[in-house]
Parts: sequence; C-alpha cells; structure tokens
Amino acid sequence: MPLQTEPRLADPDALYEALMQAHRALDEAASRRLDARLVLLLANHIGDMDVLRDAIALATQGDQP
Amino acid sequence: MTSTYQNPRYAFRRPAALGSAVPERARVVITGAGVVGLTLALDLARRGVPSVVVDEDDTVSYGSRAICWAKRTLEIFGRLGLGERFLEKGVTWSRGRVFFQDQEAYGFDLLPEQGHEYPAFVNLQQYYAEEWLVRACDASGLVDLRWQTRVTGVEAQAAGALLHLGTPEGDYGLHAEWLLACDGARSTVREALALPFQGQVFRDRFLIADVVMHADFPSERWFWFDPPFHPGQSVLLHKQPDHVWRIDFQLGWDADPEVEKQPERVIARVKAMLEGASGMAAPPFELEWVSVYTFRCRRLEKFRHGRVIFAGDSAHQVSPFGARGGNGGVQDVDNLGWKLAAVLAGEAPEALLDSYDDERVLAADENILNSTRSTDFITPKNSAAHAYRDAVLHLARSHGFARQLVNSGRLSRPATLHGSPLATPGGEGLPLGTPAPDAPVLVAGRADWLLRHIGADGRFTLLCFGELPAEIPAGITALLVADDDRAGALWDHAGLVARRWQAKPGDCLLLRPDQHLAARLQAPEAAEIAAAHRRALGLV
Ligand SMILES: Cc1cc2nc3c(=O)[nH]c(=O)nc-3n(C[C@H](O)[C@H](O)[C@H](O)COP(=O)(O)OP(=O)(O)OC[C@H]3O[C@@H](n4cnc5c(N)ncnc54)[C@H](O)[C@@H]3O)c2cc1C
Repeated sequence: MPLQTEPRLADPDALYEALMQAHRALDEAASRRLDARLVLLLANHIGDMDVLRDAIALATQGDQP
Repeated sequence: MTSTYQNPRYAFRRPAALGSAVPERARVVITGAGVVGLTLALDLARRGVPSVVVDEDDTVSYGSRAICWAKRTLEIFGRLGLGERFLEKGVTWSRGRVFFQDQEAYGFDLLPEQGHEYPAFVNLQQYYAEEWLVRACDASGLVDLRWQTRVTGVEAQAAGALLHLGTPEGDYGLHAEWLLACDGARSTVREALALPFQGQVFRDRFLIADVVMHADFPSERWFWFDPPFHPGQSVLLHKQPDHVWRIDFQLGWDADPEVEKQPERVIARVKAMLEGASGMAAPPFELEWVSVYTFRCRRLEKFRHGRVIFAGDSAHQVSPFGARGGNGGVQDVDNLGWKLAAVLAGEAPEALLDSYDDERVLAADENILNSTRSTDFITPKNSAAHAYRDAVLHLARSHGFARQLVNSGRLSRPATLHGSPLATPGGEGLPLGTPAPDAPVLVAGRADWLLRHIGADGRFTLLCFGELPAEIPAGITALLVADDDRAGALWDHAGLVARRWQAKPGDCLLLRPDQHLAARLQAPEAAEIAAAHRRALGLV
C-alpha cells in the first residue's frame, strides 16, 4: 500500500490540538525529543519501510536547502 | 609495558640473500605478521603451501587492541587447531546490557540457543592470539618467519612483485610470485603501489584504558549512553583474561589526547565509572594500558591487484564498535587461503582469486556499513541526531521495538556471500554463500561437532542427508548425516543439523573448504556434483 496523502482524519483539529498540547510546556530540546519519540512510535506502527521512505522523501521536499 | 603480559622477542636470523646482488625468490610472501598475516600463513601451511612472512617488528601486538573474537572467527581458529586455546584462556560471553543515563535500558543475549561448539564471543587480548599463531606457524615447518625485516619498497611485476627489504644487518631483495599484503592500516605495500584508501574519518576521540582489578562484574558487555559518571558521552566495559578490564570512554572531538592520557586523569575517570557502575567504593585497580584513538572507515577499491592481494587492515579499516576489524581480517584469509592453494596446485585458474575480491569487498562493505551506522548512533552529528538517539534510548526502557534501534555496535557476524560467482544457483534451503552453521552430532557414540568435519582435510565437503550418492567425484569428501546410528555416519541425534540447514532427506550440500555453501543439490548424479565443484573452483 503506497503512502496515503488524501484526507483520512475524522477530526483534524483535534489532532492538531493534541500535538500543540503535547509541546506546550516544552523547551526547544525537549520538543525535539518528543517529536522524535512520536516519529519512532508511528514508524513502528506503520511498519512498512516503503511507506516510510516515501514519507521521508515527501517531507524532505518541504525544506530543500 | 603491561604488568600481566610480557611480549616475547623473536630473534632476527640472517637470510642467505643478504648482501647478494640477485634477489631471493619465493612463491608466496606475506608482508606483516599481525593476526591476519599469521592466520593466512598457518592456513596455507595446513594446505601444504610454504610461505615467507616478513615483519618489521620483533614481537606480537603491544598493549590494548582487539579483544572480542566472534563465533565465526573462533570456528576458523578451531579449523586451524587453536580453538580450544581461545576457549580455555579467553572470557566467554554472549550477554550485554545497555544503560541510558542513570538506568538500565535493557539486556540482550547474542546466542540464545545451545548446541554450538563456540560461543557468540570470546574476549582475549590480541597478543595472545598472535603468540599462539606464531607458535603454530613455527611448528608447521612451512612458515619462514622473518622478524625485524621491513618492507621499504615494492615493484609490481607481471609474474609477481619485487620487495625491497631492510634488516638490522643490511638490505636485500625478495621476489614474490604471489605477494599477500597483510601489513596493516598503514600498509607500505598499498602506499608503494599508490592505491587510494578512501573513506570517512569520525570526528570523535576515544580513551581506551585497560585496568587490572579483582572485581566481580559479570562477563557481559556493558554500554552506557550519557551516564552520570561521564555525562554526555558513552562508556563501554569489557572483561578480559588475567583480571584485565577494558574501558572505553568517548571523549568528543575537542579533547586533547595528551592531556587525556595523563594517568591521574584516567584514574579519576575509571574510579568515577566503577563507583557509578556498582554504586559502591571502587575496588583497587592498576592502569595496564592507556591510549587515545580516532576512528575511520575506509577500503581499497579492489583487494586483488594481479599477483598482489590485500587482506585485513591493509585492505579495509572500520571503527571498533562491533569488533569487525580483526574478525573481518581473519575471515578474509579464510576465504583466500584455499583459493590460493588451489591455484598454486594447478587445480584452479588464477581467475578464481577474483572471487576473493568479489566476496570480501562485499563483506568489507557490510562491515563498514554496520560500523558507520554504529558510529553515527554513538556520536550524533547534530541536534536532530541527538534527539533521535535519546528518543530511541528512552523508548527502549519499555518498548521492544526501540531496543532493536539502539546501536551500541552491531557485533561482528559473518557475511553471507550473496551473488557469489562460485555458487551454483538452484535448490532450496539456506541461502547460497551462507557460512556453515554448527550443530552437535554423535560419531561412533561420541559427542562431536559438525563443523569439525567440514574442511578439516582442506577439501570440499558434500554434506548428504539420509543417503550418499552412488558416486562421489574426486576431490570431494562426502559426509553422511543420518537420523539414526549408522556406521560411518554423523548421527544427527538432536535433529539440529537438519533443522539448522533446512535439509530434507536426499539433500546434498556442497561446501567449500572455507565452509561456505556452494550448491544445494537433491539426490544428485556424479556429473551434477562435479559441475558444481568445477564452478566453485572458477573452472566455468
Ligand atoms: C582499540 C582497538 C580495539 C579493537 N578491538 C577489536 C576487537 O575487539 N575485535 C576485532 O576483531 N578487531 C578489533 N580491532 C581491530 C584489530 O586490532 C585490527 O583489525 C587487526 O589488528 C588487523 O590485523 P592486521 O594483521 O590486518 O594488521 P596489524 O595487526 O596492524 O598487523 C600488521 C603487521 O604488519 C607489520 N608491518 C607494517 N608495516 C610493515 C612494513 N613496512 N614492513 C614489514 N612489516 C610491516 C606490523 O609490524 C604488524 O605486525 C581493534 C583495534 C583497536 C585499535
């Protein structure tokens, strides 16, 4: 199954809020660690290296130096 | 100088060619009597091939270098008759623990299953290994070891190479039909041939301290990330024989090696570590050896250059996380010895040696890849890498998936020679190119190990399950594995041979003299076996 980018979230605002909430009290470094833990947990949940590579490639396009 | 080990001194013997205008001639010359050169000389000697070995020094390795010898390397030393000594003297281990900050993150076992002659690892100082190899080489009567003989120049020629040698009593020339360059990371042979040795330097420094103490930490590998006693850096603890403990402290790139080597400073670090690790006052200890290293990963593009062949650190260098340097080098010569012997005996074309290049470049790349990945984990290069590293370690305390991501060194494993030109495609079971897995067997009622029977006679082995083919071509030793007690067979009483080899009755597996799988045949005719054998010798 390829990386899915069409809308899949029932309540997008709730996801966004949950992410903001998780970061609210954290400094730069702690935020980074939180995001890293989150990525790792989700990556393991997805468990499909092709999908993950697609996602990394797509995300990398956001900030090409 | 260390307090627990006295380096032997080997005498210089004046060679007849000294002072002669005509170079001496030898069929096989090995430069470098390090662990790799000596293993190669011994392997060749056991195949009846004499060699001249030159080394600039008059002794084995000084101080702290390789300590962790992996299962596959132990099996090779076993084939060469030294395996028992490693088991006897060395510290056997297979478990490790990883700590993050002030807590244990998790523990692991590298060889959870029983039924192998050799453990996952044995720790033993490199100088012991070399000393035993020197003795075995001498005892073979086929190794002409020349100490205090330095290679000062090399001229590659069509039919070999001409070496310029310097000794305390003067210089001489030695013409080698085959030159095996095992002269280490700073190889003179490699430099003389102007071969580029390229790769990556890691911007980090490590303090390696060997201390003598009577402590009762278990025989395990302990690795700390960011512990309170050495904040922001990693520490590794290993047990060696003679009550010697190896402690590696990561220092960072900005550390000053000269300052860090000062004994008071090292003692303070070790004390803090021992107290931190045990939660008790540090036991008395003495410094045995201290050095500061930087590490790199690099290799030659090709290991074979006509009649000049590189093996060990002269061909490739890796960071020590994973213990892949010495182990990789010993596995190089395991691959090279039988091929060179077959070429010298006229049984195989010189092109067989190109397969050494194919197979061991692949293995070196695997070692470099693993050791680079470990180094990237241990030394994060930026704040993102740092955050991910800490996230993995944090999650590892309670989640199995994150433990698999922790990389404190992916410990040396033998390469499977995928895509080897010597393998005959087809069949089922273990992948072609796999190094033979060991298993317990009974031979005439006595407990024995399968691997002791494979390649011990220097030949190819046909491992036959259930029955032997009617006819076995010349040059191959047929071994019958039976699930009952039959005369002349290896009795697979525990069923582990069949299970580990994924073999069915009628399977006949062709193994090279280095115990790697070359063909998977089913109830084969002699012609099929012979064809696979010819292919494995580079004859097709
Ligand atoms: C701190 C540290 C820890 C390590 N830990 C491990 C480990 O746990 N496990 C592991 O497998 N590996 C480990 N290694 C790597 C291992 O020590 C090397 O990979 C191994 O020594 C390579 O063996 P070699 O025979 O190729 O080279 P070397 O051991 O370097 O031998 C080369 C020989 O060539 C001789 N020589 C050099 N130049 C000349 C010349 N011009 N003329 C004549 N002779 C010459 C030298 O005197 C030497 O005897 C470690 C290395 C270090 C530094």
